[in-house]
Amino acid sequence: MIGNRKGFGGYILLAITHYFPLLILLVLFTFPILVTVTNSFMCKNEILEAYSIIPDQFTLFRIIPEKISLEAYYQMLFRNSKYLIYFWNSIIITLPIVLGQITISAFAAFSFAKIRFPCREVIFFVYIVVMMLPFQVTLLPNYISLKALNLYDTYLAVILPGVFTTFGVFLLRQFMVYIDDAYIEAAKIDGANIIQIMFCIIFPQCKAAIAALAILAFVDNWNMIEQPLILLKDQSMYPMSIFLANSSDLTYAFGILFIFPPVMLFLYGKEYLVEGIKMSVLK
Amino acid sequence: MKRKTKESIVGFILIAPSLLGFTVLYLVPFIISLAYSFTSGIGNLKFVGFDNFKSLFTSGAYILAINNTIRFNFLAIPLIIIIAFLLALLLNRKLFGSRLLQSAFIFPLCIPVAAIVTIWQITFREDGVVNYLLDKFSISPVEWMDSNWSVMVLVIFYLWKNVGYNMILFQAGLASISEEYYEAARLDGASSLYCLKKITIPLIAPTAFFVFIISIINSFKVFREAYLLAGAYPNKNLYLLQHFMNNNFYNLNYQRLSSAALVLFIIIYLLVFIIFKTERRFAKSL
Repeated sequence: MIGNRKGFGGYILLAITHYFPLLILLVLFTFPILVTVTNSFMCKNEILEAYSIIPDQFTLFRIIPEKISLEAYYQMLFRNSKYLIYFWNSIIITLPIVLGQITISAFAAFSFAKIRFPCREVIFFVYIVVMMLPFQVTLLPNYISLKALNLYDTYLAVILPGVFTTFGVFLLRQFMVYIDDAYIEAAKIDGANIIQIMFCIIFPQCKAAIAALAILAFVDNWNMIEQPLILLKDQSMYPMSIFLANSSDLTYAFGILFIFPPVMLFLYGKEYLVEGIKMSVLK
Repeated sequence: MKRKTKESIVGFILIAPSLLGFTVLYLVPFIISLAYSFTSGIGNLKFVGFDNFKSLFTSGAYILAINNTIRFNFLAIPLIIIIAFLLALLLNRKLFGSRLLQSAFIFPLCIPVAAIVTIWQITFREDGVVNYLLDKFSISPVEWMDSNWSVMVLVIFYLWKNVGYNMILFQAGLASISEEYYEAARLDGASSLYCLKKITIPLIAPTAFFVFIISIINSFKVFREAYLLAGAYPNKNLYLLQHFMNNNFYNLNYQRLSSAALVLFIIIYLLVFIIFKTERRFAKSL
């Protein structure tokens, strides 16, 4: 192994074969975020000046602001209420989906993983197939049933399909399958009922998977584009994700407000996320 | 016997909320929408057999969308598998800073695309950073968003977003390969490259297969990126199957949408079926 070969030459080789490509990738991967952060501290005129199209001249990213200005943040937070309203809309949509999906998935996942009942395999198979369908395939079905339930153009129209996505069931089941049946048998002998088994034995062991699901579901729905465009008519109900894509003013400061919650979640739970992704391998 | 039925009842009660929502929101309307694809007319439906499918497969827009979707997958999926595998190999060396790097690579997974699409547009516009770099190397600039190259912009966006997820799957796969194989090979004087070829790659194959399937699923989500970058009617190189279906929905052409959805459903169904079968084979052979 290269790493074990001590000496100056070995280190140079290591730098060339490992650190150099990794460093370039590191910069490329974090660059869009870096630019968003620094540009959010520029005043409006500087943004306009930096990114307007000038003939025969290239536009490069301006990374360091000429003068650090909080103007964009001030405008966004105190001068115009629409930004915070869109932010709030995103929360109203995303939080119920995440909480609902975790609750409903946890029970179903336990059942799929640890209880034998007829048609279990068939139902799980159908769940996986639907999980893999792109949104456009389930678009019309969702629309049909939401119309029939009289929920079209309400927040529930966006929330319910999110709550009942089968991804959560799939991810948590993958995790629960690995929990040794002996725990359950022992608890049964001690007289525990099924509710106690779930809440005292299974769910505590699934913390990592539940946290991973919370992060993935949060990011996915925080970022939703297609659903509100189709299922909500009233534009004042739109979440930030749609508004952001169509707004040119305060893009960067608004972008920071937008990525703040998912980034916080990521920093807090990235170990869980890694663990949860590893577990998603089908077995 | 009695215990068994009791257990079944508990099992059904626990999946009931999930199954109910799933049936009402997905399953039943999906079956209804499938029925649509064999009819024509609005309100006054008429059974037309496979006519919708015949017209679908002769529609220029559909063929274009299928071709573009296939082309995107042929470019993106081999690339993402190779890059994710190489990254996993490098990071598994446990070098200084490898945890920081791992975080950096999965970070984009948590960044909502809408927040950074402007950065992407500035990077690839005609007077943007990429063309600036090409100019430095005296290569003539490319109209990234308005030529054959636009699919590459989407591929890069897809790689940026998803390579971290696949990298972690590969890292988990690599960690499960027993160190003993490598030690035995080294005792026999095998080189690193030989170990990679004879130990790592064969043993990582099942993981790679799973990564392949996950990558296909994620590749359908790339529509969001395409839509944000170029809108509902992008240039003809970026017109994907999802654009076709979305636009048919807006034009109220439900029959055409349902037929296209059914075709895609069958393809995905077959994919899942193959995973189930092969996974079982892998499980047995272990």
